[in-house]
Amino acid sequence: MAFLLITGLLVLFAIRLFYVLFHLQEKPSKSLKTRSVLAVAGSGGHTTEIVRLLSSLPSTFRPHSYVVATSDKMSVKKIESFESTEGSENKFTLYKIPRSREVSQSWGSTIITTFHACLASFPIMWKSRPDILLCNGPGTCIPLCIVALIYKVLGICATDIVFVESMCRVTTMSLSGKILYPFANRFYVQWPQLLQQYPHAIYLGGRLV
Amino acid sequence: MSLLFLILIDNSVSFRTTEICFMSVFVTVGTTSFDELTELVTSEPILKILETKSYSSLLVQYGRGHHQVKECNTAGLKINGYRYKDSISGDITNADLVISHAGAGTCLEVLGARKPLVVVVNEKLMDNHQFELAKQLHQDGHLLYCTCSTLGSTLSEMDLQSLEPLPAPKTNKFGEDLTLHFQL
Repeated sequence: MAFLLITGLLVLFAIRLFYVLFHLQEKPSKSLKTRSVLAVAGSGGHTTEIVRLLSSLPSTFRPHSYVVATSDKMSVKKIESFESTEGSENKFTLYKIPRSREVSQSWGSTIITTFHACLASFPIMWKSRPDILLCNGPGTCIPLCIVALIYKVLGICATDIVFVESMCRVTTMSLSGKILYPFANRFYVQWPQLLQQYPHAIYLGGRLV
Repeated sequence: MSLLFLILIDNSVSFRTTEICFMSVFVTVGTTSFDELTELVTSEPILKILETKSYSSLLVQYGRGHHQVKECNTAGLKINGYRYKDSISGDITNADLVISHAGAGTCLEVLGARKPLVVVVNEKLMDNHQFELAKQLHQDGHLLYCTCSTLGSTLSEMDLQSLEPLPAPKTNKFGEDLTLHFQL
């Protein structure tokens, strides 16, 4: 009995997953006045880029919230200084997540830390439930995107994944980009060379940051 | 018309004075260590080339490197160095030529400040994806690109006037495209 129930639920989950994946490119139907954005700040250059991307969005893309790695104080500073220039009435939320991969960490232990980061992503997405999950390449964005997809399949939230490949990537896609290419609702690249291998990516005629 | 003419004269005069007296070079390696470069730019042959190109001062940000650059006067150049600063943008603005590692952030900051840039690739990190951007910006004519072994010839043959300014990013397009997609 329990076996039948579990199989049934899994089949339902699979059907819903296929439905969600086949409707990735569709325009969101809800006519909202604003869209909340959860931005995944990686470290160093990634954070600089994500802040520039956010600063180029109109005020309809608010409120902002951010996910930063627990050990990353520089990114918090960058975000705080950006939000303070945007005006003090704009409140934003910061979520902390353990890094899924430190530079030069071995691949074996990466699996464990990624799992750890994945667990931390569930409560973050549960609290945040953003309309848009904005990421630009750091490894941290993978677990969050997985959880966003799971929640979407379960009908908990309707988060759209917007991926912008880092402008440093001219001819080769980042690992995060390769993984998210089939799942992202909007997938942007900043150099036309990448369109050869990833023809469904969006190139807007130049750099975005 | 005559006012425009006066401005033109004024600009050319001030440009010439800076060229003769204060031309400075800023070398930066970011948060990495790149001793091969910091040793090379403070070596006699490179300093001689810089002097013949009428540069009179050299500032080196040497990052995590073991080779520390101290204040001194060699081959007619005033040399100084430091490990890190919170922001190197002031040193970029004060420089007439920047020599840097291939880090994407540094390249963009220097080109954004409209300064001529020579990128020296660390051959020991050849597969690093960070070089993609520097290589592309070189192909598009925005910067000069060399290795430690070719820095000397690159500096003596360089024509900084031929470098193209980096076009501004299409920041608005991203907002427009998302607004359209999310029907806001």
